[in-house]
Formats: sequence, structure tokens, C-alpha cells
Amino acid sequence: MAAQGYEAIQRNPKYQELVRTRSAFGWKLTIITLVIYLGFILLIGYEPKFLGIPMGSSVMTLGLPIGLFVIVSAFVLVGIYVRRANSTYDSLTRAIVEESR
Amino acid sequence: MNRFKMWLVTALLAAAPMLANAEGIEGGTKQATNWSAISMFIGFVCLTLCITYWAARQTKSAAQFYSAGGGITGFQNGIAIAGDYMSAASFLGISGLVYMSGYDGLIYSVGFLVGWPVVTFLIAEPLRNLGKFTFADVASFRLGQTETRILAALGSLVTVAFYLIAQMVGAGKLIQILFGLDYWMAVVIVGILMIIYVTFGGMLATTWVQIIKAVLLLSGASFMAFAVLLHFGFSLEAMFSTAVQVHPKHLAIMSPGTLVSNPISAISLGLALIFGTAGLPHILMRFFTVSDAKAARKSVFVATGLIGYFYILTFIIGFGAITLVMTNPAFIDTATHAIKGGSNMAAIHLANAVGGNLFLGFISAVAFATILAVVSGLALAGASAISHDLFATVIRKGRVDEQAEMRVSKIATVCLGVLAIILGIVFENQNVAFMVGLAFCIAASCNFPVLLLSIYWRGLTTRGALIGGLLGLSSAVIMVILSPAVWEQTIGHAKGTAPFPYENPALFSMTIAFVGIWLFSKMDNSARAKIDRDGFDAQFVRCQTGIGATGASAH
Repeated sequence: MAAQGYEAIQRNPKYQELVRTRSAFGWKLTIITLVIYLGFILLIGYEPKFLGIPMGSSVMTLGLPIGLFVIVSAFVLVGIYVRRANSTYDSLTRAIVEESR
Repeated sequence: MNRFKMWLVTALLAAAPMLANAEGIEGGTKQATNWSAISMFIGFVCLTLCITYWAARQTKSAAQFYSAGGGITGFQNGIAIAGDYMSAASFLGISGLVYMSGYDGLIYSVGFLVGWPVVTFLIAEPLRNLGKFTFADVASFRLGQTETRILAALGSLVTVAFYLIAQMVGAGKLIQILFGLDYWMAVVIVGILMIIYVTFGGMLATTWVQIIKAVLLLSGASFMAFAVLLHFGFSLEAMFSTAVQVHPKHLAIMSPGTLVSNPISAISLGLALIFGTAGLPHILMRFFTVSDAKAARKSVFVATGLIGYFYILTFIIGFGAITLVMTNPAFIDTATHAIKGGSNMAAIHLANAVGGNLFLGFISAVAFATILAVVSGLALAGASAISHDLFATVIRKGRVDEQAEMRVSKIATVCLGVLAIILGIVFENQNVAFMVGLAFCIAASCNFPVLLLSIYWRGLTTRGALIGGLLGLSSAVIMVILSPAVWEQTIGHAKGTAPFPYENPALFSMTIAFVGIWLFSKMDNSARAKIDRDGFDAQFVRCQTGIGATGASAH
């Protein structure tokens, strides 16, 4: 364990900032993920015909780009989180760990 | 290492007569013995046994056995996670589903993918910062050790058992068709190799088996998708319009069909897939193999990318099979007009169509290797729950030396391997399709709620976790037994008589678990409950900053 107890770390404004910003961001991205996915599922459950609408004169339907979007969005959202964590949260964490010594 | 050599010799001696006899025995759906597939599979086995030998020389401590000493890089771990997740069922099953009903296959694969962002945002880093070897380390961080470990070990073992049965039965059936070997042989070979990898090589060997298999599977699938696209001059329009022309369902394959008919059913399945991913013990265990939270985060990013890419490939492979397999009389049974060997064979026949017999052998060998790698991960997770959670913490109260704990773990692996072989043979003629869904549902209704609330909710108490977790576990099992998949298709009651109407109960069993945990934690005024709540702040600081987290051990 670090030299300081956890109480001192809790009082560190940088710790409070880390906890506040990271949890808010994490839960926000979780909700976005669930909205995209459950939206897709509800569309299939209630309006399957919408996904079967052809794109122009093609045999390809709206369902294809929408399905692809859900897959790509999962990857992109993880990427957004990792980027933010690498740039902001890691340096905050390092500062907190340094100050607790 | 003498014991290892002895094992190796025994295994090879045991396998030799089986292979020699293989041609003589003829089963119902068995195909002619496929020697190119078998020789490529033997090549894979030799390579992985060499790796196991190398890993066994490094695996001396418990940390190395359970978590490869935290020495796997984020990128390597990402490939291994993807390997754990890309089972033969998702490769052959989803491409087969696309072959049969087109768009519906995509719906299924999307569900399997969406759990990963949730794992990244909520679970991956806290898990690495708080735990050591198993997710029970995290769940029991501030709670009563005995109760929480028993609950977590139970949740892990039940999840692993159902997952394992489904994989073993799948392996047996697949091998009958792919290699032309007998069902029981496949089950025995998988069981023995799994025991060797895990007992001798621990997490290090299991991880590298997983990485090699993931690279082989992704390369093979990429080649197939590329060959299909090349055939159509890289015009998706040409591929889809040919598929619509030749498929008996025509335009219907381009939009949602019968897979998802009931919105409640769909949401329930979706929840099981999302939150089940975040509660699978063999997946959670992977986060302890990297050095820190940053590497844990990177590994999910890599894994999500690879798994997403893989599901896009299976979609192209499924449509490729519609255009190239459905139209080729060599792959279609002339009497029934159905695909030879069933829809799971769509990707396999496509491999033959685009790459000839040698590539067919390669894909068959990769499919078998896939099962082998997945069961090894499962066995390690199950053995860890027995040795680290039940033996070291519950029975010995933490007063146990590492070597004894590792010995128990190896004995547990051998027992799990033997049990898996027996269950695989017992369940040969049972419908086990519901078992992977059930495994995800239990993971989502027992492991996940306890883990999530232990990390984020100050009010969680030992009693609340125990009662709520058990309610989630039992309600999931009971509702699955009462659902159409088991009540009608497995037990054999008349169609329409199932007391529980939906295919997957996660929506209900997860609610029961969360409400149960909340209610019994709130009502808990015991002395233990005060310790549980008071421990939250110290735990949360470590969870957020990683101060005090187990580092990578020196080799």
C-alpha cells in the first residue's frame, strides 16, 4: 500500500476529478451502447419491414448498413474510451499515485 | 519434466490405434476419413505441445499458473480474448445461420459483440486493479470471504459446466463429419489434450494456444471472404443479387426473418449476451494476465476489433456459401436438396469450393483446434475456482502454500477433463443447443450482478450478494428448464406446453438477482454488513488508482 492512507487520497482534488469524470464518461458510453443495441433489437422486434427497405434499385436493404453501423459503433466507442483514458485518466492517476507517496 | 514426457507418450500411444481403426468403423453421418485435415490437425497439436513444454518450464509459481505472471502484453491478450470468444459454434453456427436465413445471422453476431464495450467501460480496469487470479478475488475484496467465494465458485463452475458440455458435444459431432473419426474419439482426444495443456502449461500455454488458433482462424476466414469477394469482382451488389436469385427464400434473406419474432424474447436474449460476456469466468480471468489496467483496456480494444471483423467475415462467408455452395451439386444432397452434413457445414463446403481439398483440410483442422482452445480456457477457469476459491480460501482459510494450491488445481483440471469426456459421451444424442445460451444467462444473472455491485455499490453486503446471487442463478436455471428449448425439445413435452414462454430468461432472472441483492443488502443490519460497507472506500480508491494492485511478477 502507498505511504498515505486512502483517506488522504480521497481528499485529493485530482482523485475526486478522476472519479467524477471517468465514471460519468463510462456510464454515458455504456448507455449509448445499450441505446444503439436495444434500439436495433426493438426495430427488429416491432418494425422488421423498415430494415427490409431496399436502398434505391439495389437488392441491398437498409438493414445492412444499420447492422454494420452497430458492429462498427461497438469498436469505435471502445476506441473513444481508450483514447480518453490514455490521454487524460492515466496522467491524472499517475499524479495521484505520485502525490500519495 | 519426466512426467510430461510420460504423458505425451501415453497420449500418443492411446491415439495411434484409434487413428488406425478409424477407417474401418462406419457411423451414420460419418464421412470418409479426411487425411489432409487430420495431418494438419496433428501439426497444430505438435506445435501446441512444444509450446506447452516451453510454458511448463516457466510455470513454477501460482501466479504463473493462473495468470501467466501478468506477463502477457495487452495486444497478445486481446488476440487471446478474441480466440476465447470465437468458438467453432460462432464460426460454423453463424455462417450456417446466414446460409439458411441470411440477415438473421447478422442479428445474432451483433448481440455477441455488444457486450465488449460494456466490459471495457465498467469491468476491465477495476477487475485488473482489484483482483489477482479469479473474479471472486474482486467480488470478495471487502465482503465475507467464505460466502462470496462459494457463491462465485458455484457461479463459475455451473457456467463452465454448461459451456463445456456444449463444446464437447459440438467437437464430437463436428469431427464425425470433418475428419471421419468416431464421436467418442473426438471427445477423448479433446479431453486429453485439454488436460495436458492446462496441467503442464497453465495460463501461459492456454494463452498461446488461444493466440495461434485465433490467428489461424482469422487468416482462414479472411481468405475465404476475400475469395468470395474476388469471385464477384468486389461488387457486394453482384454477390447479394446472386444470393437472392438462388436462395429459396429470395428477397427475404435481406431482411429480418423468423429468428426474432417476439420483442421481449429478443431483449431478453440481448441482455444475456451483453451482460453474460461480462460474467464469463474464463473471459474475466484473462484480465489478470496483463501487467496493469492500461494493458487490460488495450486488450479489450484489440479483442473488440478482431471479433467485430470476424463477424463481418462470417456474414460474407455465409452469403458466399449461398452463391457458391447452394448452386454446386457436389455439396447438395440430390434427394433432399439440403446441404450435405447440415447447415453448420456451409463454411466448410465453401472452403472446399474456393480453396480445394487442401484448404478444406486446413479449415477443418482450425475448427477442431478452435474447440480445443476454448475448452482449455474453460478448464483453467473451472480449476481455478476449485483450487484458488474453494480449496485455498474456503477450506484452508488462506493458510496454504503455493505448491499445494497448484497441485489441487492440476488435480481439479484432470477431474474436470475426465468429467467433460464423460458428459460429452452422455449428452451425445441430447439437444444441447440451449446450453451456451444458459451459460451466458447464468453468467449474466449471478456472476455479473455480484461483480458489478461489489465494485460500484457501497451498500452491498455479504448476505445481500449471497442471497441475490443464488436467486439469480436458480431462477435462470429453473426458467430455462421450463422454457420451450428444454421443456419441449429436450424433455419432450408437447409443443406449446412450456410454462415459461421465452427462449432466454435473462430479462427476468437478472431483475430477480439485482432486486434480491439490493433488498437483502438493505435489510442487512448485521455486524458483517457494517464491515462490508466500511470497506468500500479503501476498495474504491484502489479500484480507481491501482495503488496496491498486484503487479506483473518477475520471471
